Amino acid sequence: MSKPFRYAKSHEWVSVDESGVATVGISDFAQSALGDVVFVDLPAVGATVAASAEVAVVESVKAASDIYSPVSGEIVEINTELQSAPDLINSSPSEGGWLYRIKLSNLAELDGLLDEEAYAAVCA
Amino acid sequence: MNSQIPVAVATLLPRLCTLQHKDEFTTRHVGPDAAQTGVMLQQLGLKSLEDLIAATVPAAIALGRPLDLPAPLTEPEALFKLKSLLAHDKPARSFIGMGYYDTFTPNVILRNVLENPGWYTAYTPYQPEISQGRLECLLNFQQMVMDLTGMDLATASLLDEATAAAEAMALAKRVCGNAAANTFFVDHQCFPQTIDVIKTRAHAFGFDVVVGDPATISEHAVFGAIFQYPALRGDVQDLGSLIAALHAQKAIAIVAADILGLALLKSPGEMGADVVVGSTQRFGVPMGYGGPHAAYFATRQDYRRSVPGRMIGVSVDSRGKQALRMALQTREQHIRREKANSNICTAQVLLANVAALYAMYHGPVGLKRIANRVHRLTAILALGLQQAGSPPLNETFFDTITLELDAETAAAVLVRAEAAGINLRMDNADGTRVGISLDECTTPTDVELLWQVILGEAGRSLSLTALDQAIAELREAEGIGAELQRSSDFLTHAHFNSYHSETEMLRYMKKLEDRDISLNRSMIALGSCTMKLNATAEMMPISWPELNRVHPFVPKSQVPGYQQMISDLENMLMAITGFDAVCMQPNSGAQGEYAGLLAIRNYLDSLGQQQRNVCLIPSSAHGTNPATAQMVGMKVVIVACDARGNVDVNDLRAKALAHAADLAALMITYPSTHGVFEESIREICTIIHTNGGQVYMDGANLNAQVGVSRPADIGADVSHVNLHKTFCIPHGGGGPGMGPIGMKAHLAPFMAGHVVVPPKDVPLPFGAVSAAPWGSASILPISWMYVTMMGASGLLKATQVAILNANYVARKLDPHFPVLYTGSKGMVAHECIIDLRPLKQASGISEEDVAKRLMDFGFHAPTMSFPVAGTLMIEPTESESLMELDRFIEAMVTIRGEIELVLKGELDAVNNPLKNAPHTLADIMDESWDRPYSKRMAAFPAPWIANHKYWPTVNRVDNVFGDRNLVCSCPATADYDL
Repeated sequence: MSKPFRYAKSHEWVSVDESGVATVGISDFAQSALGDVVFVDLPAVGATVAASAEVAVVESVKAASDIYSPVSGEIVEINTELQSAPDLINSSPSEGGWLYRIKLSNLAELDGLLDEEAYAAVCA
Repeated sequence: MNSQIPVAVATLLPRLCTLQHKDEFTTRHVGPDAAQTGVMLQQLGLKSLEDLIAATVPAAIALGRPLDLPAPLTEPEALFKLKSLLAHDKPARSFIGMGYYDTFTPNVILRNVLENPGWYTAYTPYQPEISQGRLECLLNFQQMVMDLTGMDLATASLLDEATAAAEAMALAKRVCGNAAANTFFVDHQCFPQTIDVIKTRAHAFGFDVVVGDPATISEHAVFGAIFQYPALRGDVQDLGSLIAALHAQKAIAIVAADILGLALLKSPGEMGADVVVGSTQRFGVPMGYGGPHAAYFATRQDYRRSVPGRMIGVSVDSRGKQALRMALQTREQHIRREKANSNICTAQVLLANVAALYAMYHGPVGLKRIANRVHRLTAILALGLQQAGSPPLNETFFDTITLELDAETAAAVLVRAEAAGINLRMDNADGTRVGISLDECTTPTDVELLWQVILGEAGRSLSLTALDQAIAELREAEGIGAELQRSSDFLTHAHFNSYHSETEMLRYMKKLEDRDISLNRSMIALGSCTMKLNATAEMMPISWPELNRVHPFVPKSQVPGYQQMISDLENMLMAITGFDAVCMQPNSGAQGEYAGLLAIRNYLDSLGQQQRNVCLIPSSAHGTNPATAQMVGMKVVIVACDARGNVDVNDLRAKALAHAADLAALMITYPSTHGVFEESIREICTIIHTNGGQVYMDGANLNAQVGVSRPADIGADVSHVNLHKTFCIPHGGGGPGMGPIGMKAHLAPFMAGHVVVPPKDVPLPFGAVSAAPWGSASILPISWMYVTMMGASGLLKATQVAILNANYVARKLDPHFPVLYTGSKGMVAHECIIDLRPLKQASGISEEDVAKRLMDFGFHAPTMSFPVAGTLMIEPTESESLMELDRFIEAMVTIRGEIELVLKGELDAVNNPLKNAPHTLADIMDESWDRPYSKRMAAFPAPWIANHKYWPTVNRVDNVFGDRNLVCSCPATADYDL
């Protein structure tokens, strides 16, 4: 099972399973600030991304937000359901609205992320 | 009895000079009269307009003397002066072609759209509920372009064909499958001005451009290529194999196509093209010595998120009824900033609408007939020349042929052409290669005249009738191969098949017009957009044939009057801004920014300072600024603003110092986008100069400076002038615009040149930014008339009253909606931002709800959420009278009262007149009306509304639905007017 969520200050969440694969999405706070999401541009499976690099774009009618990968690694899966149902990000940001899964290349990066409490302080 | 002399009257009668009323126009342009001005000054606790300026404009930048301009003329005097100037022009009939053709603007469209303030004074349709008329017309434009090009997506117009081609190149780089390639291929048979603009744009992007014969295309690894169809020389060829070869190397195929030719020719879409661009000028829009005209841009659905500029899409309103809106706006610079697809904002809406209406008026059958007629005349011309022993070089053609002449004949042709008053296309300096393009206005007599010009006396023996008969008996079209004949249908939608009688057309246009709010209905207080009066006298010249029927590439010697008018206007702008030179070429503010930053780039390069590539931009800037900086290859560094909305000078100094080695420019708007005259502007400019950078002043707010201070005096090196804001060119529902740039002497040699007609008497080595040498020349008289009629005193008055009106509105609204930013003396400049965030937090009523509720009062909303989210920015302009300001204030105060009722719980938090705004007739007629507020409150919230009620035709438009379900073509007819 996935461990508790860790957060980046740029409002992405990460949840890592036992095999070292992390699932990444955007926080409830972020989806609420964006408003109704109309389009998601996801990376290609197999792409390698570095932590803090732009990896995806989430668009509402008012804003197009770059998503920065909270961790480095190789993209192993993307949430294809978002193509036809981008509103999953609004209705279920931490479950059905996940963006991509990434095979971590540097587990130590997780230590630099925030826990629930620290992230809540960022949003306050 | 002595007769007595009558007693002299106590006061003298007025002198003639007073009765002449030379400054009458100023009193017409400026809304408030002396009494109203006095009332407003009193409200502000000020004695005079001079006191107002002293309290608003920092003393350090005050001009302190009148502008050096001629004394104002009255309306008839100014019109007479312009007429007299243009009387010197003797433009010959032009058969030059190259993307510009004579055309008949149907009179019903000329008078009821092009000359009609209901259409030309509308704003860009950001508020769709009050813009459904022009949105429908623009959707028709998109459908027309999609049909004729054979593509599945089209946008709502770009500035001109050449910039559309450059935008297509940029799109190709974004979407091509071979990102490693850095070369763009240009067919050498493209129009020279298109090649010029592509080269300019490519250089700034760092792309390599190869101009050559398409047969050699496979020798290059390219990310895209562009072909002209028909070619410059006139040939029409199937581009299918060239396009297939491009696709084989995962490159993008772009076709620049003639819109009228497409009525007869196989569409580029059917040949596999990825992008099709072109001009719709010859669909009823006059040549106008270069513009304005609407360019079109069509592509594949797959690339919808990569297209530049505005796009109209279909959505639904809150009742589920079909409603139109601008789609996918997150692509655009006002949201995406330096990551935008382009910096383009202004489109050519008015001209796109004229072209769409032209297509509707003629319909597919009429357009085919017009195209066939042009083609037949060309075929007759070509056959005649062939029979006389001078066959054209091109065997295939639509409307253009090219001849190769020996030197002796060329000289004789030139003499005969001049004598006959005819301009031909000259492909080379010695005139041995000449082209002839025919158009909708060409007559059989013209063809006979052309024979005589080319052939001399021998031309007289040709019989047009006999040649026509010979061609008719061929039973197949001369010049267009069977494989290139268009077989696919186009313009099958009912909109293109219903309005062929003048009565039907007249009523359709009126129906659309009535759906929209324009300046002829009420004040449009759009902050940063300056919706001031577009006076009738200013607009009248735009339909004069001496301004309209002039090809942009005629020799300057034929149009000394036109040239004089342009140089007069340049001189006026120099006097007003303090700059040493003006480049008239940019067709919009964004293009002015581009031309200005390019001048800076080229200047710095000339000093060997190629490393200077950092552009500082305050966080409050228009999104266009960072988008433009990105287009010239500069790196954007954002400068913070302080709590009062001013540029944080300490942050600016720190960043300028940190980048002292690579600082290129600062882009700054003045007065600021926050509507304040910043005290520190001189210091800011000095910091930039000290650190080796140049100052680009965004001219969006120049209207608050005219006559009061000058950008060049403050420290700007270059600045654009929005002629469509400050100098009265109307917004046209979203274009045209004009954004000439003023610059100091050291930058002048780096302004845009032009490959076909040099814009200045001195050589300009740098390339063009627009298709035409002087941009949209035919609308320059609007600004010329404005300055001529206002003079220095009138322009100063306009600025004073613009500032007065803004401060009056700010003072009156502040108790109800706090004004966010003011200067050190509590004053705003020409606009004010009111903060709705605290109310939104407390009541749930948003800035959008207030904006939509204003529609129920018959007002267009102010600028929403720019430059600060959750606010409204109000710019009343000098043209609005005290009565109109008070009406607007009353509407706002009434809305504030409604929010109070929500706060108190007396109105429902959701089912209230604000959240449900705007209200339509369908709402009021709804028999199941069960809302917890009255119909009167819904639709007639102020007593004066009943006298002049505006009914939005749709309820609040669902933006999310439209962007999730993108449709940019005309829906089935049954879905209209439900």
